[in-house]
Amino acid sequence: MKKILLFIALLISGVAMAQENMHPSPAQTGTIALTNGIIHIGNGQVIENGMIVFSNGKIRDVRATASIADVKVIDLKGKHVYPGVIAASTNLGLVEVSAVRSTADYDEVGDINPSIRSLVAYNTDSKVINTLRSNGVLLAHVVPQGGTISGTSSVVQLDAWNWEDAAYKADNGIHFNMPSLVAVPAQFRRPGDEDRVKQSLEKIERIRTFFREAKAYHNQAPHPQVNLKLEAVQGLFDKSKIFFVHCNLVKEMMMAISMAKEFDFKLVLVGADDSWLMTDMLKQNNVAVILSQPHSVPETDDDDVDQPYKTGAALQKAGILFTICQDGGDGFWRQRNLPFQAGTMAAYGLTKEQALTAITLSAAKILGIDNITGSLETGKDANIVISEGDLLDMKSSKVTQAFIQGREINLDNKQKQLFERYKYKYSIK
Amino acid sequence: MKKKRLLFVVALLILQGLRINAQSTFPVNDIADPKERCYAFINATIVTNAQTTLQNATLVIRKGKIEAVGAKAAVPKDAVVVDCKGKYIYPSFIDMYSDYGTDAPQRAAGGGFRGSSQMLSNTKGAYGWNQAIRSETDAAKIFAVNDAKAKELRAIGFGTVLTHQMDGISRGTGAVVTLATEKENMAMLKEKASANYSFNKGSSTQDYPTSLMGCIALLRQNFLDAQWYKTKPVTEGTNLSLQAFLDNQSLPQIFDANDKWNDLRADKVGDEFGVQYIIKAGGNEYQRIGEVKATNASFIVPLNFPQAMDVEDPADARFVSLSDMKHWEMAPTNPAAFEKASINFALTTNGLKETNIFLANLRKAIQQGLSEQKALKALTETPATLLGMYDKVGSLEAGKLANFLIVSAPVFSDKAVIYQNWIQGNKYLLKEDGWQDIRGNYTLVINNTTNTLSIKGEAGKPSAEIIGVDTTKVDLTIKDKLVMMVIDFKKDSIHSARLNGVISEENWGGTGQTVAGSPISWTATKTSGQSAVADTAKGKKTESPVLVTSPVTYPFNGYGFTEMPKQQNILIKNATVWTNEKEGILANSDVLIKNGKIAAIGKNLSDAAAKIIDGTGKHLSAGIIDEHSHIAGTGGINECSQSVTSEVRIADIIDPEDVDIYRQLSGGVTSSHILHGSCNTIGGQTQLIKLRWGANAEQLRFAGSDPFIKFALGENVKRSYSNSSNRFPDTRMGVEQVLTDAFTRARDYEAMGPGKRRDLELDALVEIMNKKRFITCHSYVQSEITSAMRVAEKFGFKVNTFTHILEGYKVADKMKAHGANASTFSDWWSYKMEVVDAIPQNAYLMQKEGINVAINSDDGEMARRLNQEAAKSVKYTDMSEEDALKMVTLNPATMLHVADKTGSIKAGKDADLVLWSDNPLSIYAKAEKTIVDGVVYYDIEKDKLLREGIAKERARLIQKMIGAKKGGEKTSPATPSFRERNYCEEDHHEGKTFWGRIDNNKLSTDNQ
Repeated sequence: MKKILLFIALLISGVAMAQENMHPSPAQTGTIALTNGIIHIGNGQVIENGMIVFSNGKIRDVRATASIADVKVIDLKGKHVYPGVIAASTNLGLVEVSAVRSTADYDEVGDINPSIRSLVAYNTDSKVINTLRSNGVLLAHVVPQGGTISGTSSVVQLDAWNWEDAAYKADNGIHFNMPSLVAVPAQFRRPGDEDRVKQSLEKIERIRTFFREAKAYHNQAPHPQVNLKLEAVQGLFDKSKIFFVHCNLVKEMMMAISMAKEFDFKLVLVGADDSWLMTDMLKQNNVAVILSQPHSVPETDDDDVDQPYKTGAALQKAGILFTICQDGGDGFWRQRNLPFQAGTMAAYGLTKEQALTAITLSAAKILGIDNITGSLETGKDANIVISEGDLLDMKSSKVTQAFIQGREINLDNKQKQLFERYKYKYSIK
Repeated sequence: MKKKRLLFVVALLILQGLRINAQSTFPVNDIADPKERCYAFINATIVTNAQTTLQNATLVIRKGKIEAVGAKAAVPKDAVVVDCKGKYIYPSFIDMYSDYGTDAPQRAAGGGFRGSSQMLSNTKGAYGWNQAIRSETDAAKIFAVNDAKAKELRAIGFGTVLTHQMDGISRGTGAVVTLATEKENMAMLKEKASANYSFNKGSSTQDYPTSLMGCIALLRQNFLDAQWYKTKPVTEGTNLSLQAFLDNQSLPQIFDANDKWNDLRADKVGDEFGVQYIIKAGGNEYQRIGEVKATNASFIVPLNFPQAMDVEDPADARFVSLSDMKHWEMAPTNPAAFEKASINFALTTNGLKETNIFLANLRKAIQQGLSEQKALKALTETPATLLGMYDKVGSLEAGKLANFLIVSAPVFSDKAVIYQNWIQGNKYLLKEDGWQDIRGNYTLVINNTTNTLSIKGEAGKPSAEIIGVDTTKVDLTIKDKLVMMVIDFKKDSIHSARLNGVISEENWGGTGQTVAGSPISWTATKTSGQSAVADTAKGKKTESPVLVTSPVTYPFNGYGFTEMPKQQNILIKNATVWTNEKEGILANSDVLIKNGKIAAIGKNLSDAAAKIIDGTGKHLSAGIIDEHSHIAGTGGINECSQSVTSEVRIADIIDPEDVDIYRQLSGGVTSSHILHGSCNTIGGQTQLIKLRWGANAEQLRFAGSDPFIKFALGENVKRSYSNSSNRFPDTRMGVEQVLTDAFTRARDYEAMGPGKRRDLELDALVEIMNKKRFITCHSYVQSEITSAMRVAEKFGFKVNTFTHILEGYKVADKMKAHGANASTFSDWWSYKMEVVDAIPQNAYLMQKEGINVAINSDDGEMARRLNQEAAKSVKYTDMSEEDALKMVTLNPATMLHVADKTGSIKAGKDADLVLWSDNPLSIYAKAEKTIVDGVVYYDIEKDKLLREGIAKERARLIQKMIGAKKGGEKTSPATPSFRERNYCEEDHHEGKTFWGRIDNNKLSTDNQ
């Protein structure tokens, strides 16, 4: 009898679903007002006792809480409200288990692959996605890796039936992995590495040549023969696509700037560990940065032990537009800690609101989607996260509700379900 | 009278000996040519040994040996007399660390971490199981004279070397040979003069050992096996390697350690078996000269001073570490450091990129404080004595070999030219020019025109000019006795000429051509000697050497201390104190630290002698303990080559200079459990350390802690990511059998009677069964967790700790019943198949079931934030903050059996404490002071000073290197100082380094 009651209770509460039958939410109908929240706009401002009104997926109004009629009111009772966090560079949805090769779809064979599109392989049913949403990450820039030009990325929203549904900004950038311009230390040297810098410079020249050919191709139409690789990078020349260059060291970043100048590309650096060493040059050239995770060890033994924690503050001080990412092979599941990575930057030189801006509005600006998201401002998509406490501190972050384009999304995930299963086993309430 | 008669008999014997020596088995394809080879070198300054110099003395040699030496030594009538006026004679040098004529084979390519394994030696014959144990190798049997190499060594003054084949861990014997290029038979002075060892497996293609700790373990076991082999065990048959190892024990034992820490490691292994090694040093011993001295070993010291790097490009300079630059500056002080510490040492040419810079480097060492006397001793008497050869070589005394140098000046002065190197009475001409001092004024007559020719400069490097109204420089080229001069009178070109001729004592002469091409003849007659000509050598004044005075730091890197911090009595006032005891979290409380221990906790404490730290608004917690760490290890933390390697010990390879120690102190860590990796089922013995930054490896050890060992299950040990692994096991079924088999063997071994072969691998397993050693077991999925517990129960012990244990929540009830602890990650998952069911509520569920749970790092980066990792349990579950913090302090202390010493704030426990700026579970909290045993090893304020110091010191050294380059020193390209970072799964895997990251521009998976 008890079991039946429990079953009914579960049915009613609507959480008795397994990962496999959780589903995306239908489009928002009607108007919702979130009231009595501490609203972190995402642009640095905070409305202490604020209200957000949104309908048809768009934010209509953000202001101090006032009475409002004819809408569904959700009283937040002092909870914190944030823009949806944006994972600015990730292989989310392109891999399920890092070590299992057959689950990896982010690294294509070949060296110059601009026509490869991450969007078409993005798996909306990855079990990892739901573990990000429940920590406040609602959008992701899904990036292919590998090779020298690894392909074309897209921004997705994390509540979708399929990749076409998920597409938030399709094909917004081309990714170039800058060859390393530092000599190979003897202990890591393999045959052929003796003159790595020279080889890298030659490779970079080959890529320049590729872009020169692409530009020439651009000027000639119609084409007697279609070249998909050259076609794929055309958006760089009219700036409809962003030139993302993945590199970490000063020389590589300088090289990226020089390449972007040659072709008049819109440049974003990804990684940029050593960007703190060249803030003036970055500022002068108006270069935006997607910084590697602050939770990294310093690059050299002599670096300040907290250098990666405070690199964000150095960029902020210099007025450089930046966000952070969790790059690398495990950069999918680790994205759920993105808010805490921002929290660390807040402990090391940024204000909490600046740190929040970095992973919301600045990320949106860098990815070219700030017209529709990134902050809780009128006219933008209602991508909203509600937390009981400070979202950037694991001690207090508890996400209770979230909306993507006004749709309240299910915050359950596989891990919560396993938790429930074993709470049941051990009779834990 | 008696004495004289004795001398006569001895002389007679010597003479007879010589006569016997005149015979040989070798047939002569010529007319027999017996000679006395008697020479007398007269009027020389003879340095017979480091202590004794004879002025105006004579050296007489006969048939390759010294017959007499002294001021009054008679010149035999049959001697060829060589006038050595103004010249110096030294015993020729001895290098006791050489592979002259015994080159090692190259290692065949192949294998590698993911390739298939070679489990046994492929050496053919009745030798031992391991290919790196080559005790049977005798240098004497493979030695072949190598003319070119001998010439190189002779040119820098060497006459004798101890040569051995530098290949393998036990390398067999070395032979003493001269550098005479006679038959090998004549060059070889002693067939077996040493037994040689190293930590490098050399050309061995066998998998074991893959790590430094494996090399050490193999050497240890080899000692035991050799002892056992003495009993002629039937089960072993003939083992020539073990027999040779035994036979070689009576020889001088030489260990190529090649680094300050490895010196200590080698010495320690020697101590365990009653062997005092002579240690081949690495050149960085000055950084720890106290510890080096304490080995009581004699050393063989190289002069391998690094070249300055080209650091003009700031982007390249960025990756050259302060420690590398500082070593460049300080390396030449190394020999002097040995001398100052009164350590017995010889010098070697080994480690030099080019042999010919030996003397230049030696001069650098002398400039930095090495005495010339000691230098000479280290090249003669010391090596000869260490090899038991001082009766034959190493000084100039009657009866010894005629191995000596004739030099233009004191041999270590920068003007010195070694003219001749005599070996076994054979003259090897190095440089004839300058032997005869041609400097002086000459009357030069060219076709009846008379000029004054002046030769000046260094005796070995003369220059010439014509003195007249207009002094004209002459292009002088001398080759042996042939001379060539080009004279170009600018104003009087008609007399310009090109002359060639022969030098003969004081009269030169020859032929030539005028500018116009007409033939001419010339003569030059010396009118006055060198003394008449002021030595106007306009060469730059030799700059007085700059003594290196920068201090050694402990550790030898930017964050090192020039003086170790001291234990203090400290009173922390008015902090929020997280006691981890039943008192809970105390607001506004004081904690008193005395003599490294927590003395009192309470309000309004006072102690006049204690240093007061204001804790107002701050939080004080016990130091963080990382149950699973791989920092501070060197030479690989995985011995992957076998499925059972319980003989290897992390304690052998602790690297106390890993900057991660300091970084983790900055995150509040005070103790770390350094584990073997997880690439085999039964891994190695672990070591709990305290983060006493600046101490040596021995001092880092957590004294009195129980010994542990690492086990591992699942994907890593079955090598799931290899395409060609042939190592058992390949399934979880096999893993269970590896465990069962190992403990079955251990049980049988324990039951064996006396006289059994002591097996270090099984010893460790016996300790486990006897509850003297405890397991921390890398594990993920519920099936393997249960299996491991059942195997343990069958053999009567418990698995102390399951580490990682991401599916622990599924079998928490079984683990509780077994009595295991759990040490897990907070939220890692999805990086491999066996972690797809990992959940961040794991720690909470296990704790709810009554298991003692810790959160560990297994990651040098995350270890700095373990407090925050613990806080995730507060986020994902309703665990209390107090319980969460215990997961990184008290709970790991409990599972490591050190909770009586550390892990909570309780009177009497070690003062391992962290003062935080905020609630330690908050992302905003910073460790402001990290205290170990009452010593403040990390202080956020002092850290600022260290950073400034690093910046300043880097700038100074970069300028100095640039200066060196501008001053004409040879430089090498700036080489990044990246180090390997150790991770759990793999050994020496490149993707796991920062280097790998920037190299590939993509991170490979962190495998845990």
